[in-house]
Amino acid sequence: MGHFLFFLLAIICVGSVLGMIISKNQAYNALLLVLAFASLGGLFGLLDAPFIATVQIIIYAGAIMVLFIFVIMMINLRLGLPPEKKKWTLYFSLGVAVVLIVELILSVKGAFSLFENSSMEKIGGPTDLGRLLFTKYLYPFEITSILIIAALVGAIVLVKKKEKE
Amino acid sequence: MIEILIVFIKIIFALIWLLTLTLYLTWVERKESAVIQDRIGANRASILGIRIIGLFQPFADAIKMIFKEDFTPSFSKKFLHDLAPFLSFFFVAITISAIPFGDFISIGGKTINLLILDINVGLLFVLAMLSLGIYGILIAGWSSNNKFTLIGGLRGAAQLISYEVALGLSLIGLIMVYPSLNLSQIVHFQGELLFGVVPKWGIFLQPLGFMIFFFAALAETKRVPFDLPEGESEIIGFFTEYGGLKWGLFMMTDFMEVIIVSCLLTTLFFGGWQVPWLATDGFHFPWGGEWLLSHWVVVLFQVAAFNIKVFFFSWLQVLIRWTYPRFRYDQLMDMGWKLLIPLSLVNIVGTGILMSI
Repeated sequence: MGHFLFFLLAIICVGSVLGMIISKNQAYNALLLVLAFASLGGLFGLLDAPFIATVQIIIYAGAIMVLFIFVIMMINLRLGLPPEKKKWTLYFSLGVAVVLIVELILSVKGAFSLFENSSMEKIGGPTDLGRLLFTKYLYPFEITSILIIAALVGAIVLVKKKEKE
Repeated sequence: MIEILIVFIKIIFALIWLLTLTLYLTWVERKESAVIQDRIGANRASILGIRIIGLFQPFADAIKMIFKEDFTPSFSKKFLHDLAPFLSFFFVAITISAIPFGDFISIGGKTINLLILDINVGLLFVLAMLSLGIYGILIAGWSSNNKFTLIGGLRGAAQLISYEVALGLSLIGLIMVYPSLNLSQIVHFQGELLFGVVPKWGIFLQPLGFMIFFFAALAETKRVPFDLPEGESEIIGFFTEYGGLKWGLFMMTDFMEVIIVSCLLTTLFFGGWQVPWLATDGFHFPWGGEWLLSHWVVVLFQVAAFNIKVFFFSWLQVLIRWTYPRFRYDQLMDMGWKLLIPLSLVNIVGTGILMSI
């Protein structure tokens, strides 16, 4: 049952990401990305980490992507890219792809050694996560929150400026 | 094998419960609005001349909806247009799996929890599924390819996102008081007594949190004081281009949301299936009396208590829906961002100060 669910979710996840890359309609792209996030949440759930699974769905699928789709549906975008940008994006995306593949291989290698050392039991619980965030990882946590607040304030300032003009 | 069978039976029972309640909530809505507006209301549907105050009306409505033409406008995006009502329906219906209907029943040495999905983040699971429900509205509004439906869908998404923040923040105080995200554990905590007399229900420990949650949840149901996405008198809403059973799914989603909100209010703030002073072996009154009961009677009391509370809140929401006029859009946003969210932050800080004393 677990294996069946894993492969089902993995196929949905990879398939929707592929579809997202191939499809040229922005709204479909965003919706396929939502599907990918949702199935990723399901995969976290299979790994006995229900907290991360639900938070993944609430934040990525439920909040961030809604805003993406909101904007895409409001401003009617053209299908695909304009031809003068196409050549430039090809080279750029090839470079980015190579860097990302190298990073992926390295991180997967690192994850395997981590997997052997740590016990699987203590990943998912909200209590453990909260305790770790407020003791061991307090500084990264606070710095991240300051970064997010700065981005939020910046967004508000940008919007305000436009209104005055 | 038997475990899977038990879960299967539980799912079927929960769905039957939810759908029956949904059907009869439509009847309650019609009758209650009729009473409020001094009419008689639907009372003509009859089987063999028997028409007990219109109780067969929901079935007549359902049959009518099933036999209507399944129409998809030619200018719509077909696949998404067909998908939207199902998404809407699914994400509301699945939340019932995290709601505890009762404590447990024991048959032949087996204890069966009266709850389908017993995970330690049940509360977050419900919130996650409710937040995914936005996609039904957004996709319906956009794929219909009609300006009015698009406005409806965007209004709906904006409203739901705004009130989700208040909804989540109002529950943090509750999680601080009952240190758990597991809905069945939250209900268990509410069985304890405050000062030895009053049951430790959420409404007594978190009155402000209850009020914020109630307002935000009312907004999440998108019904009349908060029916901006629909707005019958101005834009008709995101389901303008739907007909027949697909429109019926949207309508049922609305009513199911009312029931789910009632379930959440009951579970989080009114003790869920807890009856005051009822333990697993019977009543223990704080003034010294005892009334011992057998296991099945206790289970019956618990399930009945849960149902009565849910019925009460569903009735209350229908009453609110037929009493108040619609908010203006700026009033809606002001209430969400400038009233409910600051109040819920005050609630969190206040709860923290009170708990540390």
